[in-house]
Parts: sequence; structure tokens; C-alpha cells
Amino acid sequence: MSEGTLYDKVWERHKVTELPNGQDQLFIGLHLVHEVTSPQAFGMLRERELDVAYPDQTFATTDHIAPTEADKRERPLADDQAEEMLSALERNVSESGITFFGFESGKQGITHVVAPELGLSQPGMTVACGDSHTATHGAFGSIGVGIGTSQIRDVLATGCIAADKQKVRRVNVEGELGSGVYAKDVILKVIQELGVDGGVGHVYEYGGPAIEALDMEGRLAVCNMSIEGGARAGYINPDETTYEYLRGREYAPEGDAFEERKAYWESVASDDDAEYDDVVTIDADGIDPLVTWGINPGQVIEVSDPVPDPDDFEGRTDREAAEQALDHMEIEPGESMLGYDVDVAFLGTCTNGRLSDFEEAAKILEGNTVDEGVRALAVPGSETVRQQCEERGIDEVFINAGFQWRRAGCSMCLAMNDDALEGDEVCASSSNRNFIGRQGSKDGRTVLMSPAMVAAAAVEGEVADARDYLDDGPTGGAGGVEEVAD
Amino acid sequence: MSSNDAGDQHITDVSGTGVPIPGDDVDTDQILPAKFMKEVTFDNMADYLFYDARRDDDGEFNDHPLNRFEGASIAVVNSNFGCGSSREHAPQAMMRWGIDGVVGESYAEIFRDNCKSLGIPAVTADHETVTELQEWIEANPDGDVEIDVEAKTVTYGDETIDVNVDDAMREALVEGIWDTTALMYSNRSKVDATVDELPYVEGDD
Repeated sequence: MSEGTLYDKVWERHKVTELPNGQDQLFIGLHLVHEVTSPQAFGMLRERELDVAYPDQTFATTDHIAPTEADKRERPLADDQAEEMLSALERNVSESGITFFGFESGKQGITHVVAPELGLSQPGMTVACGDSHTATHGAFGSIGVGIGTSQIRDVLATGCIAADKQKVRRVNVEGELGSGVYAKDVILKVIQELGVDGGVGHVYEYGGPAIEALDMEGRLAVCNMSIEGGARAGYINPDETTYEYLRGREYAPEGDAFEERKAYWESVASDDDAEYDDVVTIDADGIDPLVTWGINPGQVIEVSDPVPDPDDFEGRTDREAAEQALDHMEIEPGESMLGYDVDVAFLGTCTNGRLSDFEEAAKILEGNTVDEGVRALAVPGSETVRQQCEERGIDEVFINAGFQWRRAGCSMCLAMNDDALEGDEVCASSSNRNFIGRQGSKDGRTVLMSPAMVAAAAVEGEVADARDYLDDGPTGGAGGVEEVAD
Repeated sequence: MSSNDAGDQHITDVSGTGVPIPGDDVDTDQILPAKFMKEVTFDNMADYLFYDARRDDDGEFNDHPLNRFEGASIAVVNSNFGCGSSREHAPQAMMRWGIDGVVGESYAEIFRDNCKSLGIPAVTADHETVTELQEWIEANPDGDVEIDVEAKTVTYGDETIDVNVDDAMREALVEGIWDTTALMYSNRSKVDATVDELPYVEGDD
């Protein structure tokens, strides 16, 4: 059993009591709400005549169904179902006194992009949201968990969830990332090595030189995809990178209060002699960019490697899964993913929809144009990110290259708005899931990769190595090497 | 607070005919495609269960197990079932289609939690045991499969096999304490005490 880890400490601070079924009642310090998984929960609350217990700890935005074309965001939304969901959310948050970042606020966006950039997500918190990518907030050194709708009801009504404490696996990522290799590649490497179900029953504590060198946006990308490795939560111990990121953010404490809070943040970091349930080491030194070749995020290779042969897999079910993947993706074992034709390029999401992601992609798009056969979408993770990009002229780089420059939302990650694959289109995507049907077409094909790789694929019309476009040494941002303060 | 329809119910065993849903890492996007989540209630979710997988290119039902084993109550699945999204829509759709219990090699955690919230026992056994049960159901589509949550067994034909049930899930179902809202609501004063000690929560209640 783990002891002295951040997970143990934060858990203890938030544990209310042990429930009769043996689970712990855990207080949730930050509850993020969006339009898709919450209306049923508010409905259950109404049936029971209960109020929202901690509205001040609860923040809402709209992301999953948000139209990303500016003229489609006028109300009522053209999609009746989307309008009903958004209206229900607005009514629910207004009646409950919950702060809501809607279209008019200028701060709307994906929950997991909005909460970090506003300084809502902080070290030592428990964070819950009806979305599996809530692990994202672990980047600050918090426990972020995705929950189902009945659990959303629990949090709304009681401020708590009933939870089983997990085992803690330390994931040491050794080595240094080269130019054109990013946090996204690191987490895909972790999932490649540990598997899509490797983390079941565990939370991942990411550490080691390759993690510590990442900036906050890179750390957010790593923690974001913990669930793709089966770990319900993943986190990184807070350090100066974390504190400096938080300083000056809208919801972060100011002045003396900041220093006082920092003492708490420092206190929850894992002890030097913390005990873990197990420790694994991943060598990320000099890895190539990674791309998926299959239909789950564990079916992934370094881009220089050949697509594996099903016979290479030991288990019968892994073999069958590989065969199904090859069939769906219409590729053969031994082929390279380099040169795999791409119809759509999609840049955005809660994994890779932040400023540095667009900056890195812009480096590749500058002076280049999107291949004529490619439909290319740039969807900032939040309106704040969109404004940051526009202030820097990054939107112009995208537009001049032939990308559509959109408004914030989940968009083609799961295609609950108008942005979807058609037929068997292939999408070079900076998102997190390549499940069959995920991007809106049951025959659609998704190749997961970093934002830079998406940009390179957009330009070439096929999977390409982004490093061919980057000859300026080590990269900054996008989870690359942390920029040194001057 | 008013009593609720679910919380007082003791679930010691569930039974009915079975449906094998083979494959590892069956994700919630397959179980309930996102395009069907744009409804503010769960009422219609049964219609969307495995929507794409159950249909051929012309939109007609194919030979997917859910089409062949209509009326089944017990789903038998393989490893890491329900991975991916946290959507409760997935087990809601299964429940509303008629599934009362699941036997599998393993589950993604959020999926298992969601099953518990809905009072659906999700029990586990090893690969061989699960495969044998799947094959038996294929050969005996009208045969009864019973999950005894209390005894931690599954019975089918002449066989009774031991299965694992997560302790918290077993307690919750058997003792009828799986309405966690009611349970935790009764601990409000303890919550206040916990909150008072947290430096980042304003003590305004």
C-alpha cells in the first residue's frame, strides 16, 4: 500500500468518513459541469427536492455540443437537441447559483482547458467532472476523476463522491525529448508500454526528468490521457513550474494569500521516501514522434517503426484486436504509417487545444499550405486560447495555410456538434481517442498524434514527420522543453 | 429528503438468459455512440445500445449478439469492458435494454462505478471461465444464467462457478445501500468539518 504520496495526502485531507460499504466519502473541492452529462443529474436532484450543496465550488461551461463556426453560435442553436441541452444547463446553473462560462463570457471552452487557464485547478485539490478526461487537472498535483451522472448527482447534492482508494504507480519517464517531440508523444509512449488497461486499479504519479522538464501545458497533455491507459487519475507533483503558472491567474490567490496557499501546495507533494505500490520506468530518451495505427490509443508506434504483425502479439485477444484494427484502418503489417493518406486534419481538444499547441503547429504551417485534398480544422480549446492566438497572429498563419479557424469546443474529438468525419475519411488528429466511430462516422479512421504532426500531415496530405519542418533546435511550449525564464 | 425509487432495494441475485458480447477493450463509444447523447434524459438510450455495431451498411440489423439474443438479462464480456468515456449513458442503455447483471474478465473503473450507481452487479472471472460461459450461451440461448451476488457465484446449466465481486459493490447491492446520495447526505456535519480544514474552500456554510 502506498504511503506518503501526494495521492495519499490529498485523499486523507478530503476524506469525510468511511461509508458502510467500505468506500470512502471524499469531498470534491472543484466540480466542473458541462451540458451533456449534467442535465439528468440536476433532474434527479429536483426529484429529491435537494439543492446544490456547494455552488461556490462548482463551475460550468459548454463544450461538447458547442458549434465551432461563429455564425452557428447564435441562439437558438440550429440543432434543436443542442439548444435543449444548452438551455437546460443555463437554467440549472442559474437556479443553483453556479458560475457559468457561456458563449457571451469570452471564457467558454472545454472544461479541462478553461479550469486550468483560469487558475481554478490548483495543487492539493480534488477535482471531479462528468468527463473521463478530468485526470487532466492532475497536472497541478491534484486528484482529478471522471464520474458518471449518478455521481454528478452525488457531488451536486452532497459535495462528495463515494470512492475506492486506488493503488499508486510511480511512472518514471527518463531521458530528454528531441526537437519536434512533445508531451503527447510521451503519454502515447507510456500507453504503448503499459497498455490501455495497464492502469486499471491505479493512479499514475508521473515523474522523472522527461516529465519535470515539461511546461504546464505539456503536463496537462500527459495527465489528460491517463484514462487512455486505464488509470482513472494521473498526477504530477507540484513544483516551481506549477506555482509560476498559477501566479496572476484569475482564480488563483493573490499576494500573501498566494504564499500561504503555496505552503499547502508544497505540503501535499509526495515525500522523498514515499512508498508506491509499484514503480515503472519508461525510457523516453530520443524517442521519435508517435502515431496510432489502430483503433485504441495503445495501438501506437514511433513513426519510424513498421505497423506490427498480429502474430507478434502473444495473447489471442490482442492478436484479434490487431487484426480488427488492421482491417478497419486498411493497412498491412510491416507498412510504415509515414505516407498514410489523410483527408482531415484536426487540431484542438482537451489534450492539445492550448496556446503552445497552436504555436508549435504554426511553426510548421508558416509559409506552407494545406494539401488540396485535406479539410483542416483548428479549434482552440477555449475562447481564451483563441484570443491568445489571435493576439499573436497565429490565427493568420493557420488561415493563410488553408486551415479553418474556429471557435472553442470539443468539436471533432467526439463529433457531438457539426464537426464530424464522413464515410471512411482518415483524420490526423491531436485528440485522445481513435475508437471506431469516435469522430462521428462508423467507418472513419483516426490517427492520433501531436499538434506538430497534425500540421505536417495537413501540409503533405499524408502522415509525415514534423521534424522535417523543424530545423531550429530544441522546441519550446507544447510540452517541449520548458522555456528558461530570463 | 424524499425517499427514492432505487435506494432501498436489496440486490442479492439477478438471472435470465445471457448474451455474450465478446472482445477486449470494448469502449463506451461503441456501447453508446456520442451522437446519441444529445438528449437531456436517459429515457431512449436502449434504442441506441451498440447502435453502429448492430447495423450493417444499409442500416439493417446484422448478426451482432444483441440482435441474436434479444430478451437477455445477463451480459458476458471480456477484459477492460466499458473503457473510454465516463458516460453513464452506456450502462443506462444496457440496463434499459434489459441487462440486469454483467459477468466479465475486467471492467474500466468508471464503468464499474456507474454499474454500481445503477444497481447492476458487474462480477469478474478469469478468461477461460468467461469464454466457457460465452460458448455455453451460444449453445444454450434459452438457458438461464444466475449471478448470486451474495454467494459470489454464477450458475448456468449444471455448473456453478465462483466469481469475484468487488467488496464495496457487493456490500452496496446486498445491503441495499447503493444510493450514495442519501448515504452521504446524512453525513453533512462531517463534510462541514472536513471542509473547515481545507485551506482552499471558503468557509461560508
